[in-house]
Amino acid sequence: MSSGAVDTVEPVVAADFKRSAVRGTDKPPGRGDLGIALIFILPALIGFLVFYVYPFFRGFYFSMTRYNLLGTPQFIGLDNFTRLFQDPLFWNALLVTVEYVLINIVLQTILAVAIAVLMHRLTQSTVIRGLILLPFLISNVIAAMLWFWMLDYQIGLVNEFISFLGLDRIAFFGDSAWAIPTIAIVNVWRHMGYTALLVFAGLQMIPHYVYEAASVDGSTEWKSFWRITMPLLRPVLALVLVITVTGSFQVFDTVAVTTRGGPGNASRVIQYYIYQKGFTEGQFGYASALSVILFIILATVALIQLRMLRAGESDLA
Amino acid sequence: MATATAPSRVAAATEPRTKGKRINLGRAAAWAAMIILILITLFPFYWMLRTAFSTTKSLFTDPASLLPVDFTTGAFQRVLGLATPAEAQAEGGSGAAVNFWLYLRNSVVFATLATAGQVFFCALAAYAFARLRWPGRNIVFFLFLTALMVPPIFTMLPNFILIKNLGLINTFPGLILPYFLMTPFAIFFLRQFFLGISREIEEAAKLDGAGHWRIFFRIVLPMSTAPMVTLFILTFINMWNEYFWPLLVGGGENVRVLTLAIGIFRSQTPQGSPDWAGLMAAVLIAALPILILFFAFAKKVVNSIGFSGLK
Repeated sequence: MSSGAVDTVEPVVAADFKRSAVRGTDKPPGRGDLGIALIFILPALIGFLVFYVYPFFRGFYFSMTRYNLLGTPQFIGLDNFTRLFQDPLFWNALLVTVEYVLINIVLQTILAVAIAVLMHRLTQSTVIRGLILLPFLISNVIAAMLWFWMLDYQIGLVNEFISFLGLDRIAFFGDSAWAIPTIAIVNVWRHMGYTALLVFAGLQMIPHYVYEAASVDGSTEWKSFWRITMPLLRPVLALVLVITVTGSFQVFDTVAVTTRGGPGNASRVIQYYIYQKGFTEGQFGYASALSVILFIILATVALIQLRMLRAGESDLA
Repeated sequence: MATATAPSRVAAATEPRTKGKRINLGRAAAWAAMIILILITLFPFYWMLRTAFSTTKSLFTDPASLLPVDFTTGAFQRVLGLATPAEAQAEGGSGAAVNFWLYLRNSVVFATLATAGQVFFCALAAYAFARLRWPGRNIVFFLFLTALMVPPIFTMLPNFILIKNLGLINTFPGLILPYFLMTPFAIFFLRQFFLGISREIEEAAKLDGAGHWRIFFRIVLPMSTAPMVTLFILTFINMWNEYFWPLLVGGGENVRVLTLAIGIFRSQTPQGSPDWAGLMAAVLIAALPILILFFAFAKKVVNSIGFSGLK
């Protein structure tokens, strides 16, 4: 699961929370359908309880145990957490992940907005939207392999080009300074089209008369972009960012099939560190504690973003 | 979600804007930028194709050629197990047997069963949330949705323990179960559509004595084929591309899916450098089912990406 930014082909749902709950209450629920409703809902409810609720609480429990996957988990209170805060590899993983997220999100957002605005002003073609989406349909693993090849040190096309320009070849995946930026850019390539389509959907909610009025008043495209598009796009952009940033923090696949955390610790992102601790080093309790921290970080980041960007309030009242 | 409403909105927004006006420089520059971005998006796919039809050994002699070097379908034969080890090695392959068909089968089984179960059971639940009246409905629905906020890895670690304790590691049930019964997203997605179906048809059916099962199977499902198909495709793509969960519970050869197999294929490196042509051929075949599915239903997929409650 999860790598890059958003990892699943799904329309964004976050915005709908309140609205749909409200819509549901139109008619006050009676007792009448309870029996049949239980039957309809039963399989999903079992799935929810067994694979979401139960592991959710169990995750917190495991984080307070010592568990090597063979014996039974031993309760050790908050020991994993005190250990974790003194673990230089944890801090390194956090730092590397933040570096990844920054490069990934900044580039991806700029490119996605650019693509979306270009599409919005130039064409409504479904074909172009489909082409732009293409990299998102192949898996992280395939995207990673493809770029692993294109960026190969010896005979990768990109390095051929670099040496054609008379510059030194770059060990994109093998140089500790390049590993994270490289992985970030590979995932920008995979996700920018999808993010662009989300932004594009937001752009279509801005009525055309606003632009027409602006152009009558002599506004240039450039001015309209900064004075109209960006302010009106803000709530959409806020939601897109919450989703892409939380997704980006969970980068894993690309690292797992290319650098495996290396060289050294240069690309050992947090989710890869969790995986290594839990499954190759048999420290499952510690890995669970790390995942609790990741969960807290993500929840905090999402809340701060929503606050700062005042999502949900549109200037288009 | 947006699928139902998007087309009309798109249509409204599509009226030609600057038709007949002078072609200005800015517009030309904008098109140029757009084309460059599309090229960046698409070129790697071409490079995949070009490499897959080359001979790995010759790639070293002419790494920048835009056309395949020493055109051959050898890489595909190698990956699909149609070449003898000697032939494979002659072209720069590892010569090791690749059970590509097995992995392809595993991916098909995993993605199809997980998707089919999920779409069906979520349709049942979505119907209960959208069309039935029962106490606690909104609370339960809200609880389901909160699961979207939890990062997958957080629940996947304990789920691994559960699957392990059930003795289901390296089995299809172990791979499929966490996706089989529900995902919050699928329920949310279908509920939106079921809410939109006119109640009158349902009331009429009720007067004729039809129960909820009949209404669900004879009226609601047939009227919702479009969103069901869309959801099926979206879920199938996600399942096909899944890597982390199969890595945890499905490493065994008998259930190994393509994403996992490709990672392993790349590490079988002869002479220090991977069998690039073979790798690209493998990657191409692994992506093909999704690309075909996408081209068949491109409009549905493209239009389903957007926002719902936002206005």
